[in-house]
Amino acid sequence: MKDTIRESLTQRSKSAKLETRGKIISLSFTAVIVILVISIIGFVAAKGSLIFIKDGVNPFDFLTHTTWKPNTLDANGHPIIGAAPMIVGSFVVTLFAAIIATPFAIAAAVYMTEISSKWGKKILQPVIELLVGIPSVVYGFIGLTVVVPFVKDVAGGSGLGVLSGAFVLFVMILPTITSMTVDALKAVPRNYREASLALGATRWQTTSKVVLRAATPGILTAIIFGMSRAFGEALAVQMVIGNAMLMPTSLVSPSSTLTSVLTMNMGNSVQGSTSNNALWSLALILLLMSLIFNTVTRAIAKRGEF
Amino acid sequence: MFNAKVKDKIATGIIYTLSGIIVIILASLLLYILGSGLRYVNWDFLTSTSSDFSKGSGVGVQLFNSFYLLVISMLISIPISVSSGIYLSEYAGKSKIVNVIRISIEVLSSLPSIVVGLFGFLVFVIYFHMGFSILSGALTLTVFNLPILTRSVEDSLKAVPGSQREAGLSLGLSKWETVIHVIIPSALPGIITGMVLGAGRIFGEAAALIYTAGQSAPPLEFSNFNIFSPTNPLNLMRPAETLAVHIWKVNSEGLVANADQVSAGSSAILIIAVLIFNLLARYIGNKVYKKITGGE
Repeated sequence: MKDTIRESLTQRSKSAKLETRGKIISLSFTAVIVILVISIIGFVAAKGSLIFIKDGVNPFDFLTHTTWKPNTLDANGHPIIGAAPMIVGSFVVTLFAAIIATPFAIAAAVYMTEISSKWGKKILQPVIELLVGIPSVVYGFIGLTVVVPFVKDVAGGSGLGVLSGAFVLFVMILPTITSMTVDALKAVPRNYREASLALGATRWQTTSKVVLRAATPGILTAIIFGMSRAFGEALAVQMVIGNAMLMPTSLVSPSSTLTSVLTMNMGNSVQGSTSNNALWSLALILLLMSLIFNTVTRAIAKRGEF
Repeated sequence: MFNAKVKDKIATGIIYTLSGIIVIILASLLLYILGSGLRYVNWDFLTSTSSDFSKGSGVGVQLFNSFYLLVISMLISIPISVSSGIYLSEYAGKSKIVNVIRISIEVLSSLPSIVVGLFGFLVFVIYFHMGFSILSGALTLTVFNLPILTRSVEDSLKAVPGSQREAGLSLGLSKWETVIHVIIPSALPGIITGMVLGAGRIFGEAAALIYTAGQSAPPLEFSNFNIFSPTNPLNLMRPAETLAVHIWKVNSEGLVANADQVSAGSSAILIIAVLIFNLLARYIGNKVYKKITGGE
C-alpha cells in the first residue's frame, strides 16, 4: 500500500519545485543579457583589431594620420588608414554640443526646481519628457531643413559641417541633460536650502553656493551622459555634417564623425576586405569611448552619494 | 560691486531668459514638425506604397513594418526583461556576480545604437544567415531595448513595499508564488508604463535597423496568405524598411522627387506616435493602478 503521508513529507513539495524552476528561469534570462554584452564587446573587439593584426596598420598612425585610403598601400606595404579626421570630428561636435547645452540645461533645471516648481512641472516637464522620446532621424531632418540653411546664410559655405552637427546635437541632448539635472537638484535634501535661507542668504546665493554645489556630481553625470549620447549618435549627425573624410578646417567645412562614416560606408564594403576591417576599427573606438563614458559616470556617482 | 540682492535679481533674470529660450526652441520644434508635416498626411499617404523616384509616394508599407517590428521585438523582449527584472529585484542579493550583471546592463544601455546595429548585422544577418529581415531587426531591437525594460521592471518591483512580500510569505506562499501572485500585480502599472515608453523608443529607432532590417520596402499584398512569400506582410524573413529608416534614406540618397514632403509627413507621424505612446503610458498606468487597488 502506498504511504501518502510519508510521500508528502519526504518528497519536495510542488511549491518548492516551482520555486526552484522560477529561480532558474529568471537567472538564465538574466544570464542572456550578460552573454549579449560580452559577445558584443568580444565580436566588435575581434573585428576591430583585425586591421592592426592582419593588415599591420600601426595603431598610433591609425589615431594620428589624416588620410583614409584603405585600398592604397604605403611604402611599407600597409594600407593607408588614418582615422584622425573622424575622431576629431566626433570630439568637436560632442564638446560643442555639451558646452552650449550645459548652461541652458542648468538654468531650466534651476527654474523648475528652485523658482517655479508648479509651472515648471505643468508645462516644461511634460514637454521635456516628450522631447527625450523624439527619434533622432527627426532631429536630423529638422537640422537639414532648418539649421543647415540658417548656418549657410549666417556663416557661409554649404551649411553642412561641424557647426550644424553640434547645433542639432545640442537640441537633441538638451532634454536629456535637463531632466537628469532636475533629478540631481531634487535629490538635494530640503533642509540644506532651509539652513542656507535661514542664514539670510538670497535665493541665488542658496542656489549657487549650496544646491548646485551639493548636486555637482549629479549634474556632471547628466552632462557626461549627454555627451555619450551625442558621441554615439549616428543618423542625425550624418545628415548634416557633409560626410567628407577631411580634417575640419573651419566650423562650416564638410567633415565627418566616426558614426557618420560607419553609417555611410558599412553597406558598401565587402566583409573581410581591408576597407571593411578599417570600418570595424572605427566601431571599436566608439565602443571603447562608450565604456570610458560609462566608467567615468560610475566613478562620479560613487563619490557623490548623499 | 553688486550687493547680494542685485546679484540675485540678475541671476534670476538670466535663468528666466535661458529657460524662456529653451521653451521657445522646444515649442517651435514641435510646432514646426507638426505644422510642416501634417498637411501631407492624409489617408493616401498613410496607405499607398512608396516609390524611390516618382512623386506622390506614400509610406503605407513602412508604417506597417514599423508596427510589425515593434510587436515582434516586444514579444521577444518582454519575457526576458520581466524575468531578469524579477531576478534582480527579488533574488539577487549583493554579491560580486550581481554587480557584474548590473554593470553589464548599464554598459548595454549606454552603447551607441549604431554599434548595436553593427553587432546585429554581423551576428544575425551574416553569421546566422538571416539576411536583412524582420527577424534580424527585431532581435537587434531586443538587444537595444532589453537594458531599459529590465531596469524599469526592476524599479517597479522594488517600489512595492516589503510588507506585501512578508504578507505573501506569511500565508505560506513560496517566494516565486509571492512574486507572481502578489508583487507583479501590484507593480503592473509601473511595468506597463515602462513597456509602453520602451515601445515608443524602438518605434523611432533607425540607426540599429539600417543594417539589420534593411533599407528596402518591397510592396506587400495583404491578401497573400502564404507566410513564406516575400509579399506576405507577416513573413519574418522579408526585408522591412521602417518609417524612421525611410526618413533617413530619402534624405541621404536624395533620389525621391518630393523627399522633403515625404520626410516632413513621416516626421509628423513619428512625433504623433511618440505623443500617443507617452499619453498611453500615463493613461494605462493610472487605469491599471485604479483597477488593482480598487480606488476611484
